[in-house]
Amino acid sequence: MSLTPDQLQRIALLARIAVSPGEAQGVTDRLNQVLGLIDQLQAVDTRGIEPMSHALDAQLAVQQRLRPDTVTEPDRRAAYQAVAPAVEGGLYLVPKVIE
Amino acid sequence: MINSTVSELSAALAAKKISSVELTRLFLDRIKGLNGRLNAFITVDEEISLAQARVADERRAGRGNAGEAGPLTGIPVAHKDIFCTRGIRTTCGSRMLADFASPYDAHVIERFNAAGAVLLGKTNMDEFAMGSSNETSHFGPVRNPWDTGRVPGGSSGGSAAAVAARMAPAATGTDTGGSIRQPAALSGVSGLKPTYGVVSRYGMIAFASSLDQGGPLGKSAADLALLMNAMAGFDARDSTSLERPMEDYTRSLNDSLQGLRIGLPKEYFADGVDPDVLARVREAVRWFESQGAKTVEITLPNTGLAVPVYYVIAPAEASSNLSRFDGVRYGHRAKEYSDLNDMYRRSRAEGFGSEVKRRILIGTYVLSHGYYDAYYLQAQKVRRLIARDFTEAFARCDLIVGPTSPSTAFALGAKSGDPVQMYLNDIFTIPAPLAGLPGLSIPCGFDGKGLPVGLQIMGNYFAEAKMLGAAHRYQQATDWHLRAPKEAPL
Repeated sequence: MSLTPDQLQRIALLARIAVSPGEAQGVTDRLNQVLGLIDQLQAVDTRGIEPMSHALDAQLAVQQRLRPDTVTEPDRRAAYQAVAPAVEGGLYLVPKVIE
Repeated sequence: MINSTVSELSAALAAKKISSVELTRLFLDRIKGLNGRLNAFITVDEEISLAQARVADERRAGRGNAGEAGPLTGIPVAHKDIFCTRGIRTTCGSRMLADFASPYDAHVIERFNAAGAVLLGKTNMDEFAMGSSNETSHFGPVRNPWDTGRVPGGSSGGSAAAVAARMAPAATGTDTGGSIRQPAALSGVSGLKPTYGVVSRYGMIAFASSLDQGGPLGKSAADLALLMNAMAGFDARDSTSLERPMEDYTRSLNDSLQGLRIGLPKEYFADGVDPDVLARVREAVRWFESQGAKTVEITLPNTGLAVPVYYVIAPAEASSNLSRFDGVRYGHRAKEYSDLNDMYRRSRAEGFGSEVKRRILIGTYVLSHGYYDAYYLQAQKVRRLIARDFTEAFARCDLIVGPTSPSTAFALGAKSGDPVQMYLNDIFTIPAPLAGLPGLSIPCGFDGKGLPVGLQIMGNYFAEAKMLGAAHRYQQATDWHLRAPKEAPL
C-alpha cells in the first residue's frame, strides 16, 4: 500500500494536522517508507490467533477495574483552566462554530 | 562524591558526612558546568531543589512532620520531562507544551516526594518520547557524554546522559519500545523497564498506552532496585495499574547464580549486530557461566516482526492519545486561524515536530475505515505471536540475555533523515514491551571506539528482582558500570 499526496491530505484532515502543499510530497514519501516496513505484516498467517489488546493478557486474566459511582475528585476547575490558552467566566473560549 | 552510587550517598547522608543541601548544590553545579555542552536538562529550578533538600535534611535530623527518613531521603533525582510536576514546567520535549505548568504531580513524582528525594531537574527527551536518539526534542539534541558528536540514545536520552556525566546520581525514564534500555546502553548506565502495570502511568504523558511504562536509570542495578522500591506500586488513577502486594526489589541482589538458566536467543546473536557488541555480550555470558549459570539456546522466531508490529500499534495509540492536544484546554494555540477546525489544524501543525506528526498520520491511517482489520487487528494478532515466543522461551530458561542494541552510539544526524533506519535500530528492545515483559540494560564493556556496550537481561513477568540480582552479581565482579566518560570530570 502506498499513498499519494492527495490521500495524505485526506488523512491529515482526519488527524487535524495542516500539511502545506509544499511539504506534502516529502511527508508522503516518508510515510510510504514506513508503510513499506509495516506491510511485512500482511504476509503473516494469523488465522485463529486472537488479537492482543492488553500487554498482560497473555499472562493474567485482565479485568477492567470498576469503582463505586461516587464523586472522588475535588473541584479544581480554576487550576485546570489556568493553563488554557483562552478562558472567560469559567468557560474555554473557541472560535464560533454555529452562525 | 559524584561517582558514588545512591546507596553510598544514602549512607553518607545518614552518617552526616554530607547534607542534602550540599549534595544537591554539588549536582546543580555540575549541571551548570556541563549542560551547555550536553543539553541533558530542559528545566532546572535551583530554588525548588534546594528547598526540598532543606526539608530532607530536617527529616534526616528527625525534625519536621514528613515522617521517618528512608534510603532516598535527600537524594537528588532527575526526572524525564514526561512526568508532570507541579511548580516546575513539563514540556515532554515539545513546542506544544513548551510553557505547560502542570496543575498536578505524576504518581511517580508523588512517590519520590513522599520518599523525600530531591527533584534535581527535568531531563531532555525525544518529543513525546518518539525517537531513539533524542534528536526529535524541540529543545535540541542531547549529546552523548562519551563522545559529544554522538547521540545518547532515546527517548530518555537526557536522563541517561545526566547519569553518565555525573550530573545526577539517578534519574527516571519511560520505555515504550526501548526508551529506557537503549539510551542506558548507548550512554553506559543501567536502566530498567518494569513489567507493564507495575509503575503507575498517572501523570506520565501518554504516548502508546498499552506499552508505556516508567522505570529508573542509575549507575548500578542495586540503585535501580532502591529506586523501584519508591516508584512501583498500585495507583487507582491508572486503570492498568496492577493491584499487587508491595515488593522489595533489593531482596534478591545477593542470590547465587548457581543453576540459573540463561536463554540466548539466536535471533539476537545474528548477522547485522556490531561484532564488538557481540564480543562484549559473549564475554558477559561467559562470566555468568563461570559462576554456575547454565546457558540454553533458545529461539524467538518472530523477532523480525516486532518493529513492524510496533510501528502499527504505537502510532495508532499515539494518534488517539495526542488528539487531546487541540489548543483548547492546554498547550500551544496558533495565533491566526479562520475557524475551529483551522485552529486545530494549525495549532497541531505548529505545536508538533515532524516525527510526532509522522506517527500521528500513520496511526490515523492504520485506524481509518477500511484499513483497521488489515493493519491494526493484524498487528495485534502478530503481537500475540511475539508474546507466545517468550512464553515458550521462559519454559526453558529463567532469564534471556543478549545485546540491548545492535550498535553502540551513532553519530548525530546519521539516522535522522531515514525513519525506517532509525526504527530498525530498536529491534532488540521492542519485543519485551510488546509482550508486557520487564527488561534491563547494564554496561558490559566498550567497543573499539571506546563507546559503551549494553547487555540486556529480560525476565518473565514480575521477575525484576531476579533480573536485578543477576545484574548486581555481575556488577560486583566487574567495574564497567563505574567507568565515567572523559567529559564527566569538570
